[in-house]
Amino acid sequence: MTDVIIAGLGQTSVGEHWDVGLRDLAYYAIDAAIKEAGGLRPQSLFVGNMLAPNLSKQAHLGALLADFVGLTGIEAVTIEAAGASGGAALRQGYLAIKSGLVDTALVVGVEKFTDVVGAGVEEALATAADSDFESVQGMTSTAQAALIMQRYMHEYNVPPDGFAGFALTAHANGAGNPNAMFQKAIKAETYAKAGMVSDPVNMFDAAPNADGAAALVLTRRDLLPSNWPHPLVKVAGSATASDTLALHDRKDMLYFEAAQLSAGRAMKQANIVLDQINLFEYHDAFSIYAALALESVGFALRGQGWKLAAEGQIALNGRIPCATMGGLKARGFPGGATGVYQAVEAATQLRGQAEANQIPEAHYALIQSLGGPASTAVTHVLERLN
Amino acid sequence: MKKVTTPNPQSSSPLLQPSRPVGFTGYGAYVPRYRISAKEIARVWAGGKAALPVKEKAVPGMDEDVITMSIEAARNALARAEIHAHQLRAVWVGSESHPYAVKPTSTVVAEAIGAVPNVQAGDWEFACKAGTEAIVAAMGFVGSGMADYAMAIGMDTAQGKPGDALEYTAAAGGAAFIIGPAESSLATINASYSYVTDTPDFWRREYQKYPEHGVRFTGEPAYFHHITSAGSTLMEALGVTAKDYQWAIFHQPNTKFPQRAAQMLGFMPEQIEPGLLVPVIGNTYSGSSIIGLTATLDVARPDDRILLVSFGSGAGSDAFDITVTEKITERQGKALKTQDYIARRIEIDYATYARYRGKITMK
Repeated sequence: MTDVIIAGLGQTSVGEHWDVGLRDLAYYAIDAAIKEAGGLRPQSLFVGNMLAPNLSKQAHLGALLADFVGLTGIEAVTIEAAGASGGAALRQGYLAIKSGLVDTALVVGVEKFTDVVGAGVEEALATAADSDFESVQGMTSTAQAALIMQRYMHEYNVPPDGFAGFALTAHANGAGNPNAMFQKAIKAETYAKAGMVSDPVNMFDAAPNADGAAALVLTRRDLLPSNWPHPLVKVAGSATASDTLALHDRKDMLYFEAAQLSAGRAMKQANIVLDQINLFEYHDAFSIYAALALESVGFALRGQGWKLAAEGQIALNGRIPCATMGGLKARGFPGGATGVYQAVEAATQLRGQAEANQIPEAHYALIQSLGGPASTAVTHVLERLN
Repeated sequence: MKKVTTPNPQSSSPLLQPSRPVGFTGYGAYVPRYRISAKEIARVWAGGKAALPVKEKAVPGMDEDVITMSIEAARNALARAEIHAHQLRAVWVGSESHPYAVKPTSTVVAEAIGAVPNVQAGDWEFACKAGTEAIVAAMGFVGSGMADYAMAIGMDTAQGKPGDALEYTAAAGGAAFIIGPAESSLATINASYSYVTDTPDFWRREYQKYPEHGVRFTGEPAYFHHITSAGSTLMEALGVTAKDYQWAIFHQPNTKFPQRAAQMLGFMPEQIEPGLLVPVIGNTYSGSSIIGLTATLDVARPDDRILLVSFGSGAGSDAFDITVTEKITERQGKALKTQDYIARRIEIDYATYARYRGKITMK
């Protein structure tokens, strides 16, 4: 079977881009990725997006973006799986190349939050939950995370500032990422003083919604231009798993089963074990998600995930570096673009181009994109080829 | 960044400068006497825990509105100008809280001060810069020679939705100016420049009681972009920098914004100090930047140079380059000063505020 190689990377800075529209954001990322890919012309475009029909009143992003970037005529569709849309789009690109039906595929994740301000944004995000049983009752994604976090803290006797390590690590790493929304490290006191959003989720336990776009060009190894200058990064494993949409249908709400299933499948494909992974880009939309992801994937025992953060084990020089470019918390949460950002950042690490945030000799990266409380989990293993 | 340097292809300069030099012949402020503290509003709506954008704000009494307040300021302006109201050929009132949707504020004001009937009258609306827009029009009116004196007023009883972030600042007050020939002015208006785009940061639709706003969108792309574009274009065209000014006033929706705008344009905190009134009277909307000007004129000396930059949501900024003349000294004391109104205060609680502002609907 052919290797699926990441031949081009592109991203915009993450933030409130009031004066840049959805299609322009996507264009900037795509343009950068295609330029890096040395003349490869994509035959397929997979768009990861979560909220455009709601916030920008714009569906049909496949045709819109293919045309806007000058690729009219190619296959182009949107992939939606809430916050996991970007990861899901990457998987579609991977499948297309792996199947042999497509030579070169373009994957773009794009989200434009700032077309709407105020409660409308939270309302749009709540459409990712079960409308009939959750959202209709007023449940928002933050309120849902608060319920999970409260239960977790109760079950495992987590002290009040027990989750601080996730935000501290994310912001410390964001300081080294010029594309991050927040590029300033924070102190433990800052976390402790932060206002509550939905108790016990404080302002530093929740990732900020932000505009952004990231893009990847995927191709077969044999099609890569001979003079292509970057170290080769391959998609070594790719898997998606699903769980119940509504939280109340779970047997155990303190375990992300889809995260475990998809990570296990992806690592099996890549033929690696957990210890070989050099960095983990988890989906820290909320710090409780980060803790549960660490436990579900297997980096920590149940109830111990928060301790990895508290003990510095997820720092750049820790046992398993996480959120190495700031994660959702400090780089920002650009909705359905998030999974593609994770891939761009992990590929940058594996190429050795992460500068101040470089993980030495990074060989394998695990990236995981979640929709809701892991109702969808998409996990990829990226590998540096020597 | 969009930036216009030569908006009119026929002209090499972006500046508005009338062929007949003009200036402010008179000015007057008005601030109602009631105050509610931001802390009191936070007590009701945020359990006492909120970042407070001002210390307190001015609240109009039950029998005050933009008409009565404009009359007060207009009389102060007339007293300083030492002209008769009959000499005014225009009375223009800029506000976003005109008491009537249809029926002019300006006719009532003109009648009350004795300016009717040989007069232009009209109401202006451009969010918080309606008053300075009227000043620009008056510059043209007098500068063309059609009239010797025109009055431009910016006055508001701003509406803040209960519980909204803007309730802490939406205040009442404003100022009136008489624009006349430069030779009779206490301060000359050397030039103005306006920067305008379609930027929907804040609005109130017809029949709506309270305005809506775009949260952080009101900052960078709206307030800061327009203020700094207007201010820097005016200064560049005149070949001056912040150091050439004694004083500066920027629209003041809260305490931080004008401080930051000043910094961005190179001004020192002491240059904006006399005109920075928002901490103690709140945001008086159409009156906000120009009441900062009246407070600055109250303390200015001959030859002081002043930069005034307004901002109106929707959005635009008017920037003015002003030089104080020797006539200022004798005219400053001819009416109540802005600080006199600020010192005249009665603190009220939220319940009284709710009653005075008609926030309790009985039917």
